[in-house]
Amino acid sequence: MTDPAPVISCRNVWKLFGPRPEAYLAGLDPQASYDAIRADGYVPAVRDVSLDIAQGEMLVIMGLSGSGKSTLVRCLSRLIEITGGEVRVEGQTIGDLSEKELIDLRRSKMGMVFQSFGLLPHRTVLDNVAFPLEMRGQDVHTRRARAMEVIELVGLGGREDYFPRELSGGQQQRVGIARSLAIEPDIWFLDEPFSALDPLIRREMQDEFLRLQDMLGKTIVFITHDFDEALRLADRIAIMKDGAVEQCDRPDRIVMDPATDYVAKFIEDIEKARVVHASAMAQPVNGHDLTGAPVDGGKTISQLARLLVNDDRAILPVSGPDGAVIGALDRQKALDVLLGASE
Amino acid sequence: MTATATNTTPLATGADARMRVAQVLLASALLLAAGKGLLPQVLIRPPDWLVWPFADWINAFFAFLRDDLGLIHVTRAFADGVEWLLDVTANLLYGKNRWPRIGPIPWTVIAITAAAIGYYLNGWRLALLAGLTFVWVAVMGQWEWTMETLSVILVAAPVSVLLGLLTGTLAWKSPTFRKILNPLLNVAQSLPHFAYMIPVVVFIGVGPKAGAIVTIIFSVPPMIRMTLLGLQKVPPEVIEAGHMAGATRWQLLRHVRLPTARSDLLVGVNQVIMQCLAMVVLASFIGMPGLGQKLLQLLQGLKIGRSIEIGITIVLLAVMLDRCSKAWATKQPEHLEKGTSWLIRHRILVIWASLATLFWALSLVFPLLHEIGRREAFSLSDPLDAIMDWIIVTLDPITQWLRWFLIVWVLIPLRDGMLWLPFSAVLVFLMAVGWAVGGRRSALICLAYFGLIAMSGWWDRAMITVYTVTFAVFLATLIGFPLGIWGSRSEGRARAVLLVCDTLQTFPSFIYLIPVIMLFGVNDVAVVGAVVLFAAVPLIRYTIEGLRGVPEAQIEAANMSGASRKQTLWSVRLPLALPTIMVGVNQSVMFSLFMVIIAAFIGTQDLGQEMQRALSSSDVGKGLVLGLAVAFMGLMVDHLVTVWARRRRKALGLEA
Repeated sequence: MTDPAPVISCRNVWKLFGPRPEAYLAGLDPQASYDAIRADGYVPAVRDVSLDIAQGEMLVIMGLSGSGKSTLVRCLSRLIEITGGEVRVEGQTIGDLSEKELIDLRRSKMGMVFQSFGLLPHRTVLDNVAFPLEMRGQDVHTRRARAMEVIELVGLGGREDYFPRELSGGQQQRVGIARSLAIEPDIWFLDEPFSALDPLIRREMQDEFLRLQDMLGKTIVFITHDFDEALRLADRIAIMKDGAVEQCDRPDRIVMDPATDYVAKFIEDIEKARVVHASAMAQPVNGHDLTGAPVDGGKTISQLARLLVNDDRAILPVSGPDGAVIGALDRQKALDVLLGASE
Repeated sequence: MTATATNTTPLATGADARMRVAQVLLASALLLAAGKGLLPQVLIRPPDWLVWPFADWINAFFAFLRDDLGLIHVTRAFADGVEWLLDVTANLLYGKNRWPRIGPIPWTVIAITAAAIGYYLNGWRLALLAGLTFVWVAVMGQWEWTMETLSVILVAAPVSVLLGLLTGTLAWKSPTFRKILNPLLNVAQSLPHFAYMIPVVVFIGVGPKAGAIVTIIFSVPPMIRMTLLGLQKVPPEVIEAGHMAGATRWQLLRHVRLPTARSDLLVGVNQVIMQCLAMVVLASFIGMPGLGQKLLQLLQGLKIGRSIEIGITIVLLAVMLDRCSKAWATKQPEHLEKGTSWLIRHRILVIWASLATLFWALSLVFPLLHEIGRREAFSLSDPLDAIMDWIIVTLDPITQWLRWFLIVWVLIPLRDGMLWLPFSAVLVFLMAVGWAVGGRRSALICLAYFGLIAMSGWWDRAMITVYTVTFAVFLATLIGFPLGIWGSRSEGRARAVLLVCDTLQTFPSFIYLIPVIMLFGVNDVAVVGAVVLFAAVPLIRYTIEGLRGVPEAQIEAANMSGASRKQTLWSVRLPLALPTIMVGVNQSVMFSLFMVIIAAFIGTQDLGQEMQRALSSSDVGKGLVLGLAVAFMGLMVDHLVTVWARRRRKALGLEA
């Protein structure tokens, strides 16, 4: 992903809670630690975060509760005002927008899904989904037609006259998803959308979500505290702790090369073979003697397990998406990953 | 005063230090009382220089508002608007000759309408209650009075709701306004009914219009509270969802916040309606026709049977209005299957429309279906009178003795004792209580409230009110507490008793006077009796709620420790329930104060009596000073109980 113009770009974003946050931030050493700021009576919910999110990318922001991930996503959508730094959406600094411009931006470009759904209890499924369209003044017929389309899309056809309390949690979140998609947003924020659901439903909703994303190809910021969920969905993962981003990278790079002790602790229990792709372990070809059929670089080590165990070559060629050899895989190292041997 | 001397005790914090100061204060209070003979007059009764002419100031202020600022034109304009609305409902309900000149609607049609509303809100049982209430009214020949009362409620309640919604929303928007409004609401909700009437009489005069306006003013505060509460309670994610949908501020309020707060707003509506009913009955004192006036006349004429009939009507109305508005608040929208035809979707409307048309047509042929005149009406008053006479005669030895005993041995000695106490001793005693409960701040608050009462110049009258209320709450506790414990024994019993309490609480306070006047006649015992009845209800209620609310785990732990039922009650349930029970005591005091003031018209010597006089001479200043004196008593108790209960809850770990 090397799109030159990111859809969302934030630079040195700060969000402090406390008596006079702006003045305090102005005199603050940017390297100040979390505890030092807390000791001064301020809560740094977001600390000096810089991120770029490219067109069509799915960035998963991941962290434990209280790590500032929900606050960060609210800074990106300007549901809360930031204390310092800058957030740009499609090149516009959203902090400078007037209320009207901000409303227009949300009405045309942004959708958001909430952890506890945020549905309006007095409206039917149909009217909930049509709500954003109603807000921007679309007439009844177009907005109903469009709402029905998205309701069908999320698999709730036939339930459009139900009220939220008549639906299960999973169904309610489908309504939340449908509502956020009604205006065909370019940017889609999801704040722990599946955390309130039980594990089986969660899995089902993740599949559903991947299906939708394949179809729609939106730019997505997805919040979760569940690392498995992050690994399943993400193009890139940003791991947050105490308001700061510890590491932001592709899943297999995070697993293979954790940037900090905190991240390392996080991935300790992860089965690396299921995350790491052969291409990520491939070394430059230089000088290796590559023979025989190449392995598919797009497959994970665990998907290649049988082959890795049965093959007797020490070095395996790895092919890229177009079939050409892109590198060499050390079979012994791959087996180490597969067996979970520590380095 | 002696209190300042004790301030110099070491600055130790915590309960011990607080108790020591309280003990010193208590001892000084006792000393002041014991040494009354040696005290200078200044410490026995508030001296003249301490009594400030608050009433004159208030009168001057009101005169300024009315004449110089021309507020009277505003109020008159508002009153004229209300009068126009009143004329419309009056025409519809009892055929007053005003626009739109289509009334009176036949009683059968109104009964059918009520039943249809009841059915729509909560099914058959409510339909029956609503319909039969009106059948009773018509058959008993009370139609016109009831309609007079209802026509006022029909105007006052919506206006109150609207005003409350507006003010509540403003208060929610502006924290400054909220800060100003909150103490005002506290005072407003503890002012006795009569205190509201006097300014209205000055600005509007007497009659239905004034009755409606005093009803509106009286019933607005709960709506403001519930609007504020409801708007503050809307989950943040729902609001964020609204923001992300691109809602403007107005859209957010109109489509997101207010509808999501629906349940709380409707609870507010319920409270408004009940307050309206209570006030509209009392507004008979300022010339409001209707059930209240009739009841007042009958009670004054000691026509017990007829008053019971009216009492039943008022009670039925209260229960019906309460159940309907509560059902509305809890009613959840439900979807109908796809393809349901229009007729079935709107079947209640269709059935109502056809039945109403049918009966309206029939009533043109059979006048009895249109109106039941006095001559055709039933009356239970003769048998009721006979039964009551029998009861009164049978119980007479007991009531006679009780009356004699209470008056001679309890009430008069208590009253004389209260009046004998030097006011300084009372103030220091209250400070001791305040200090024990909440430290210096609470002590000063107690001093301020009762100090102001002393400065109002109505000390003796206030002490009579205090004695009636204290004694009545004491009796109410003796009755309510064991009943509450008995009622909390099993789930089913608790539900039954709570239902009875709920129902009793919907009755307008006036109703409670009927049985006690019947039994005791017109005297202090009847007043105390009415207050006890009225004040016992919240006590029973909160005792049950407190005892039932004790966490199951604690009880299981006690059972497994081998505690007997009695031990569990005394060592586990009661201590944990006490904070909740105290809330009941608090309400009980509030209710008593209201009731004592209302009971004034059957002859008391307390603040209420003076308030009646202020009402008849339209003396706003005096009326408000008296009203505030009553309010301050309530607010002081409220402060003490709230502080105590919060501290206790914290200590018990029931609250962070």
